[in-house]
Amino acid sequence: MRHGKYPFVIGFLAAPVTIYVVFVIAPYAQAFYMALTNWRGLSPGRFVGLENFTRLFQDDVFWKALQHHGILLLALPLITIVIALFLAFMLNVGGGSQKGVMTGVWGSKFYRVVFFLPQVLAVAILGVLFQAIYRPDGSGMINSLVAKVGLEPIGFLINPDLALWSIIAVLVWQAVGFYVVLFSAGMSNIPKDIYEAAMLDGATRMSMFFRVTLPLLWDTLQVAWVYLGIAAFDAFAIVQTLSVDQGGPDGSTTVIGMEIYRNAFTYSKYGYASAMGVALFFLTITFAALSLRVSRRESVEM
Amino acid sequence: MSDNDLTRRTVLRRTAAAGLMATPAMGFLSACVTGGGEEEPADQAEGEKNAENPLGVDGNAPLEVVIFNGGYGEKYATDVHEPLYKAKFPNAQIKHSATQEIATTLQPRFAGGTPPDFVNNSGTKFMDFGTLIQDGQLQDLTELFAAPSVDDPAKKVSDTLVAGTVESGTYNGKPFVLNYVFTVYGLWYSEKLFKDKGWTVPATWADFTKLLDTIKAAGITPYAYAGKNAPYYQYLVILASAAKAGGPDILKNIDNLADGAWTAPAVKAAAAQWAEIGAKYMDKADEGLIHTEVQLKQNQGKVAFYPSGSWLEAEQAASTPEGFNYAVMPVPAGASDTLPTGLYATAGEPYFVSAKGTNPRGGMEYMRQMLSTKGAKGFIELNKSLTAVAGAEEGIQLSPGLTSASAVLKAAGAGVFSYRFDSWYKELDTELRTATNALMFGRENADQFCERMQKKADAIKADSSITKFSR
Repeated sequence: MRHGKYPFVIGFLAAPVTIYVVFVIAPYAQAFYMALTNWRGLSPGRFVGLENFTRLFQDDVFWKALQHHGILLLALPLITIVIALFLAFMLNVGGGSQKGVMTGVWGSKFYRVVFFLPQVLAVAILGVLFQAIYRPDGSGMINSLVAKVGLEPIGFLINPDLALWSIIAVLVWQAVGFYVVLFSAGMSNIPKDIYEAAMLDGATRMSMFFRVTLPLLWDTLQVAWVYLGIAAFDAFAIVQTLSVDQGGPDGSTTVIGMEIYRNAFTYSKYGYASAMGVALFFLTITFAALSLRVSRRESVEM
Repeated sequence: MSDNDLTRRTVLRRTAAAGLMATPAMGFLSACVTGGGEEEPADQAEGEKNAENPLGVDGNAPLEVVIFNGGYGEKYATDVHEPLYKAKFPNAQIKHSATQEIATTLQPRFAGGTPPDFVNNSGTKFMDFGTLIQDGQLQDLTELFAAPSVDDPAKKVSDTLVAGTVESGTYNGKPFVLNYVFTVYGLWYSEKLFKDKGWTVPATWADFTKLLDTIKAAGITPYAYAGKNAPYYQYLVILASAAKAGGPDILKNIDNLADGAWTAPAVKAAAAQWAEIGAKYMDKADEGLIHTEVQLKQNQGKVAFYPSGSWLEAEQAASTPEGFNYAVMPVPAGASDTLPTGLYATAGEPYFVSAKGTNPRGGMEYMRQMLSTKGAKGFIELNKSLTAVAGAEEGIQLSPGLTSASAVLKAAGAGVFSYRFDSWYKELDTELRTATNALMFGRENADQFCERMQKKADAIKADSSITKFSR
């Protein structure tokens, strides 16, 4: 094994590392450099040092976008994980004990497919779908029902107070399926005899969930939290397709991705857009590092 | 025309394009840092100048043409203009291509120094003109406009055009862009609906609001525009009202970022009167709909007036019912307007020749052929739109909407105006779209609207990184 180890390792690693350097590391390095220039997409930009960043910190729109990411960062993981946990618990152990084996509620195999379905839809399709669902006049899917009850149509995407939450609802709807599957996998790893023992001790479903499932699922939850947090820093495609006037009304749904897109492809400010990208990069990295550190705890030995 | 056609695939393609752009750019940028950023000028084809060939085209040089494949399609280029060029220079190879995403396809080529010769820079993804000009990418068209026209050698090309065409493509004193299609803007309605209901077209603001009351009573939404992707149709109307009240200098001041241009009494009054239309006669839901969705309502007879340009009829041809008969009226005049017959009309649909391409003379000659009577007539017949070539539509049977557009244009006489800030300062355009929705759907009043726009205009004026233009 020791003999000829390096040619073997290098042989296998050379190609992927080269590809990674050319297509991942190099563009990052370029974006970092571009952020320090006033490049406008054509001939070479001038080196302007940190000017783009000082400008960024005075940009109201950037702060507004950041604020929206703050809301997304709290709401998206929290709502998604709570719903996904509930559904996963019902699918796996919600049906109670049958002949001493914990089972899910009736029809759980079918539900599993239903819950996962949104995950396989492309964002563009989601956009079209929810345009029809949220349509603000009487021909919208929800608003036609609202009209039948005799109420005024709801301006899901045109009411500045409601628009961001309508978009968060779409993101949650799309994400939940994946985390149901993830948590289900985690739950199936929990030995059944723990549940049986709990049952014999007379534990209710509620206490089983909080005393058994949740602690044993902690690692999976942690992963979910980080993933969803990173997703909360994106949300570009859905904002672009659903929001009024690209990030509107009145900028109430804009996100950093939207502003990067606008600055690069509408204003031709590639340097400035890169500076936003760099800021986003550091925000995401910081978030991931922080949340892994904060949520660290002893894993339960089994 | 839709801003809304984004799919994951186009995002990926765009990302790929950005990556492509970045790769050569890196070389440029590092070259820039080390001191030598100059590129070699490309070898450009040039032939002998004579009466037949006033622009000195090399008849053997290939010519590359890129057309934006949007509302006007590409047929007019392949079937009319390219054959005209080919007839003149049979040895020239024409490389034709068409795309719906000009910036995505062409930006890497401009960045890499191999631009196509002739470009129809249009659509929602057009390349920023300010940037192109700042970068020296556009050919100065002075020579083209001074050259003798194809039809009458005694006349210069510029003399054959509708007044204002050359100016509309002039940036800081130099003509860089040819705006080929002449567009009339106003409020569009169905002639048939108005005839059936016995409504007369209002000329004054008082008549207008009275008619809107009647329409509302008839159970039809009197006035609509699409807030989701077309608020610029509405801001055009607001600014047209302001220009009618205070004269075309109102728009000139806005373009030139003059102090207090947005807080002028005429702008404030126009914003206030349109805000009232928004509050009284519009459907709140329209803020969340796109252009085609609101247009469909008009085609179904559920909306009376819709602000837009004269391409509307051709664009909607497939979904308009038989006998709908589009017609246009200018924004109604207020009681004390300085320009009561004023009309927003301008040459649009921009074309340019690359200064750093291999055949800029061929590109200019191609434009000269476009501007011949033959070239213009072919375009009008295919696209049902007026061109910048004066009188080229004569003898052609025009559609109802176009007949109406050329009638209001004639009635306006010299009272034709337009603005340029929307293409000069995209940030101002973005802000105005947002502010227009806020105004028309009742979240902000006229004072807030004007102050907000003035603040943005001042910020742009103070921003040294933005190239300024004036007229």
